Amino acid sequence: MRITAAEALVRSLEEEKVEVVFGYPGGAVLEIYDALFFNKKIKHVLTRSEQAAAHAASGYARVSGKVGVCIATSGPGATNLVTGIATAYMDSIPIVAITGQVPLSQIGGDMFQEVDITGATAPFTKHNYLVKNAGDIPRIVKEAFHIASTGRPGPVLIDLPRDVAREKIDFTYPEEVSLKGYKPTLQGHPLQIVKAVEAINSAKRPVILAGGGVISSGAHDELMRLAETADIPVTVSLMGIGSFPSEHPLFLGMAGTHGMPWANEALKKADLIIALGCRFNDRLTGGAGGFNKNTKIIHVDVDPAEIGKNVKVDIPIVGDIKNVLCELLKRIEKRSRKDWKDYLEGLKGEDVVEGCGDISPLDIIGELYKQTRGELIVTTDVGAHQMWTARCYKFKHPRSFITSGGLGTMGYGLPAAIGAKIANPNKQVIHITGDGSFQMNFAELATLRENDLSVKIILFNNRGLGLVKELQDIHCGGRYSQVHFGFLPDFVKLSESYGIKALRVESKKELEEAISTMLEEEGSFLLECILTMDVRVKSMLGKEEAYESHAGSLG
Amino acid sequence: MKATLAVLVENHPGVLSRVAGLFARRGFNIESLAVGPTDNPEISRMTIVVDGDERVIEQIKKQLNKLVDVIKVSFIEPENSVSRELVMIKVNTEPEKRSEIIGIAEIFRANIIDVSRDSMIIELTGDKDKVNAMEEILRPFGIKELVRTGIIAMNRGSKCIESPEQ
Ligand SMILES: Cc1ncc(C[n+]2csc(CCOP(=O)(O)OP(=O)(O)O)c2C)c(N)n1
Ligand SMILES: [Mg+2]
Repeated sequence: MRITAAEALVRSLEEEKVEVVFGYPGGAVLEIYDALFFNKKIKHVLTRSEQAAAHAASGYARVSGKVGVCIATSGPGATNLVTGIATAYMDSIPIVAITGQVPLSQIGGDMFQEVDITGATAPFTKHNYLVKNAGDIPRIVKEAFHIASTGRPGPVLIDLPRDVAREKIDFTYPEEVSLKGYKPTLQGHPLQIVKAVEAINSAKRPVILAGGGVISSGAHDELMRLAETADIPVTVSLMGIGSFPSEHPLFLGMAGTHGMPWANEALKKADLIIALGCRFNDRLTGGAGGFNKNTKIIHVDVDPAEIGKNVKVDIPIVGDIKNVLCELLKRIEKRSRKDWKDYLEGLKGEDVVEGCGDISPLDIIGELYKQTRGELIVTTDVGAHQMWTARCYKFKHPRSFITSGGLGTMGYGLPAAIGAKIANPNKQVIHITGDGSFQMNFAELATLRENDLSVKIILFNNRGLGLVKELQDIHCGGRYSQVHFGFLPDFVKLSESYGIKALRVESKKELEEAISTMLEEEGSFLLECILTMDVRVKSMLGKEEAYESHAGSLG
Repeated sequence: MKATLAVLVENHPGVLSRVAGLFARRGFNIESLAVGPTDNPEISRMTIVVDGDERVIEQIKKQLNKLVDVIKVSFIEPENSVSRELVMIKVNTEPEKRSEIIGIAEIFRANIIDVSRDSMIIELTGDKDKVNAMEEILRPFGIKELVRTGIIAMNRGSKCIESPEQ
């Protein structure tokens, strides 16, 4: 039977076992939405902006491990997706974004709502397509899902001109993809594995640095076995949070400019760093103030371009982390490294936050931990609240901490929580946000309500842009430029106007009960916590040098 | 350090802009770029001369490999390869200088492909040094226009750069 290319697109999504798509309609995607109208298998979630659709797809992907899908119309719909696509790209999240386009015959004519979205997104998609032949749709969708989800995951965009969407084709879905230029290396080179095994077995002060790649390759069990067998302390990057349980005695916490001083110290003093699926970006290396020249580095990553990009590596291994760890584990010897562990243990201290009023951010996160014990999914926005959450909540499971690490996109967390809840309806989903970030995408409260989703929102209200204010302290001599909000809505009433219960707390003694009320509420809930504007993130970093590097990389 | 890369790519529209865009956004320097289809019409070959230290050149190769449309990236070693560039030079030819210019063209084994009353177009093929040398010698006569194709290069001997599936 002959069907339109738009119908073929939707059929192809079915073939890829897509259960949900996030999107927003418009003139250039009428045919696609018409095809969705008749479809019974795919649920469409109407967000309140296209940016939110892309973030929701990303949250869904991160929690489910599957590919997230979002749809937008041409022109402004497509450009609204851009921030979400770039956010997913920087964090290596598999999403497929579908955009409408003006008719192929008119492309280049500056038509109404025309924008070159394949050109615009080339720098931050793993690949993208402008569909010119309707018959290519099944192949392109198959390739897009394959590219998005294999190797180093990432976003792929498909731009479908309206006249092409209307053409009729015979639909058959390909069984396989054949891409000459895309064959990720998944098995580590045996010789490199041997070298790594020798280095690990003979190291005195090894440390494992786990990044987001451990989570995306599903290698957390293998990571645990490596750490426990060889008795190696584990630190993580922001993206690696959740790859190793925080309560484990070998866990050092997050490293980097916003990380734990002892985790950075471990990287500095180590004779061997085993870096797994992390990219040594400036926020991470900055915390250690550069590494010791004599430290050997083993770097395992599925993306060969990450190896040697930011630091010099002694033993590079290109491959899927899970595969590589399985190979390593065959030959790793049991060790006990008491002295090294004792040394690091001696450096550990309590997290403190200065400048608090009645409530310290740590009180909130501490209480949340007490009542949830790591059995939840947290999404965050970007700012001081994000760093406190990353540092202080004791995450237990992979795919339970969802944050915009690489791009640092304010407004990510609420739509990501929507995707997360749909991916895992049985888990408590908590969105931790700031007053600034929340205002960027709070329209998604409507999406929550409309879909009867239960997401608990903890809003850290410090009446402004805390993290930027801190930067202005460090770099601008305390001249605070545009970081205080002169007006804020009443967040409790705002939430209630969406039919979402809400509560405001201003003192520590109210916290325990408020958090338990929030957790017990069946539907969504917003808990606003009043903080002072002077709470600082930096207090974790005692040393001047650490402070310096911290200051340098916040921007 | 300069390096010459032979890059096999899918012969689609848009591929050139992906490659050029990659160089621009990662801050890589292109010295020269030449592109055309291979004997397989589905595959084009780019010859790209780049400048950078060893680490940068390694990154260029790896980043190119990440593009889905890029099938294969190989280095061309200067010692074991031949490289050529074609240049056309439109030069001033006052009547009394005409025979001197013809003589120079002969020495370089260049062709004169167009003659008018006061100018000539000279076509020269050669490696970069030869092309540069000719340009320098013609400069005093007055070069009115110059166009070069960019370098193309190939390994000597029977070793070939081909698509993995061929
Ligand atoms: C979209 C976007 N715009 C600007 C920034 C720069 N920025 C980083 S943190 C921050 C402050 C965020 O304020 P808020 O959400 O209230 O968090 P706080 O630091 O106060 O906890 C800003 C403006 C950003 N990261 N993202
Ligand atoms: Mg704030």
